Amino acid sequence: MSGLHYTYQVPGDDFTRAGEASGAIKSTLKKLGFDPGVVRKVAIAMYEGEINLVIHGGGGQIDVEIDGEKVTMVLADHGPGIPDIQKAMEEGWSTAPDNVRSLGFGAGMGLPNMKKYTDEMQIESTVGVGTTVTMVVNLA
Amino acid sequence: MTLGEVKTILDAKLLCGEELLDHDVNTACGSDLMSDVLAYVKDQAVLLTGLVNQQVIRTAEMMDIICIIFIRRKEPSPEMVELAKEKGIAVMTTNHRMFTSCGLLFQAGLDGGVHIK
Repeated sequence: MSGLHYTYQVPGDDFTRAGEASGAIKSTLKKLGFDPGVVRKVAIAMYEGEINLVIHGGGGQIDVEIDGEKVTMVLADHGPGIPDIQKAMEEGWSTAPDNVRSLGFGAGMGLPNMKKYTDEMQIESTVGVGTTVTMVVNLA
Repeated sequence: MTLGEVKTILDAKLLCGEELLDHDVNTACGSDLMSDVLAYVKDQAVLLTGLVNQQVIRTAEMMDIICIIFIRRKEPSPEMVELAKEKGIAVMTTNHRMFTSCGLLFQAGLDGGVHIK
């Protein structure tokens, strides 16, 4: 199996819908018969990223590419960008507003968690332009 | 223990997932912070929480949690119950508070699944 490609638009103004894309990918991977460990890693990492798109990015786009060796997720937004990526990667560091914390998120675990559940992660960000996060989960 | 036993121990009301009541569960976790659930939960089948929003169901979905128990009489919205149904997740509510709910289940043999040396 090679070259499967899925694209999702994530609305930035509706927190209740955050997770729809990740849920869809999770059930797709399950149906395709992927290892449950791989499915869960992809689902968690993408869900954290999707929540970030809604909280910080004002919405965005997720592209998922599945080939015989890996699942690649690219999450792109046109939000405010991350001024200090190193700082953003620290556990517990958060710029999420209080209303997001009251929803059970914004504890500064998102990016570290995404790194933890993936085999490769890369963040490109320009302040005032946007952020693109690329994550790879290897199948073997 | 089965989810049915969990329901009895917590004197809980089942909102969906009747077909899961015979399902065996060994571990549970309790948290209001979904970030923590996503970061630290491993194979826990039951989530006890006081947080009520759609993302609780989504978090359970991503983590393969099969039962969510809302504590302190918290009632999820019909939309949340619908989503849980769709995802094959049982939903219950109990009048007990978090500490008591966790304590009752732990006492009855449900484990946290993580042991700190």
